[in-house]
Amino acid sequence: MTRPPVNDWSTDFDHLDPRWVENPYPIWEELREKCPIAHTERFRGVYFPSRYEDVRAVAYDTEHFSSRRIIVRETPPPRIPAPPITSDPPEHRPAKNLLLPAFTPDAIREHEPRTREICARLVAGFAGKGGCDAAADYAQEIPVRVIAVMLGLPESEGDRFRKWIHEILEAGITRPDILMKAMGETTAYFQAEIEKRRTDPRDDLITRLSRATIDGQPITEDHLLGALRLILIAGIDTTWSAIGSCFWHLAQHPEDRQRLVKQPELIPTAVEEFLRAYAPVTMAREVIKDVEINGCPIKTGEMVLLSFPAANRDPRIFPEAERVMIDRKENRHAAFGLGIHRCIGSNLARMEILVALQEWLKLIPEFRLDPAAKVTWSEGTVRGPRQLKVLFR
Amino acid sequence: VPTLKVKVDRDKCQGHARCAALAPELFELDELGNAREKGDGTVPEALVDKAYLAKANCPEEAIEVIEDKP
Repeated sequence: MTRPPVNDWSTDFDHLDPRWVENPYPIWEELREKCPIAHTERFRGVYFPSRYEDVRAVAYDTEHFSSRRIIVRETPPPRIPAPPITSDPPEHRPAKNLLLPAFTPDAIREHEPRTREICARLVAGFAGKGGCDAAADYAQEIPVRVIAVMLGLPESEGDRFRKWIHEILEAGITRPDILMKAMGETTAYFQAEIEKRRTDPRDDLITRLSRATIDGQPITEDHLLGALRLILIAGIDTTWSAIGSCFWHLAQHPEDRQRLVKQPELIPTAVEEFLRAYAPVTMAREVIKDVEINGCPIKTGEMVLLSFPAANRDPRIFPEAERVMIDRKENRHAAFGLGIHRCIGSNLARMEILVALQEWLKLIPEFRLDPAAKVTWSEGTVRGPRQLKVLFR
Repeated sequence: VPTLKVKVDRDKCQGHARCAALAPELFELDELGNAREKGDGTVPEALVDKAYLAKANCPEEAIEVIEDKP
């Protein structure tokens, strides 16, 4: 479907416009100075703050901005709860606390050996060839397997999960029928998995969550299904996009690549910088009460795109924000959000990105973009390379 | 010489866990992954840089480095 072209990003922006999808940073840089809170009549009205402080103000203000809708869609579907990401206070805190213990750095460390094995196996599969698609053959294969293992599902379910995620986060933005079909399928799938564990409990997240209680009461089936769907959707193409962007950068910056090969102890610092510069996730909020942000009136019923990626490029907070400095020391970036909705999977994502880089650089220290192939990017809520052909040496 | 102390504002902390990654000698995480200072937060001289590094990397600006007058 072709969309009407955008002539003025300040008053008619469209985050599905091919120029925005391909390279949004110059657009945001201009907006940040000219019109820090842009607006569009598309998608039934959306605001776009591009400065860090304004993004932060919206993220912290749960009185005026609700998480009950977190994706800007052409036609808003019936509300689809996925607690805690779609929860507001006071329901948010108990729903989040239910999931947090499984995602602390200590809990995530237990998944590191398996993640390393998955990455090493994938790299070994293509290291001897002349090149590969670093997005499709590597980045996208990692989180889907790690999440499957955590939930207690076979690694081989990857294709099915990726199809649902594409239908819910990308195709579903403009096609409610595709969205609702995918929702129905995930519900049926998880219901069957929960049922299996009633008679055959296992040491996995589905079993643990299906026994969870809030204030002594078992959680409802809707809550359980919503939380499982959230873990599946939020943990896969987000991290896959983050990993892909690291390789997109390194394929074009031999000096950074060589430095990380020589100084692997710098990789964790570089990961934070990649997360800042190429933050994959843009959330949204629904305005539930009229308010002003930075002097700009914000109307009830419209949406706000909460662009952590744009906040992370604000030179007011990050010196030389448009430059990627892999040894940037002071880096309080917002890639995982700000405020109560801080990404639950941040420790998991960091571990996966780190291990993915370490295992690849060990065997493939030299690579560059394949000049004969085009790099393509996902659109919508999550931004990352979807095709990223690289040549080794 | 005044000593330094770190203090995590537990209401602001959202569990990004950057402090515990950058200065594990000064910060620890609870069972939900939210941070607190270790012990009374006193910063040994050798860790002063790490204390400020942790503060600078907290996305929620939840860390204070305080001069503790003897």
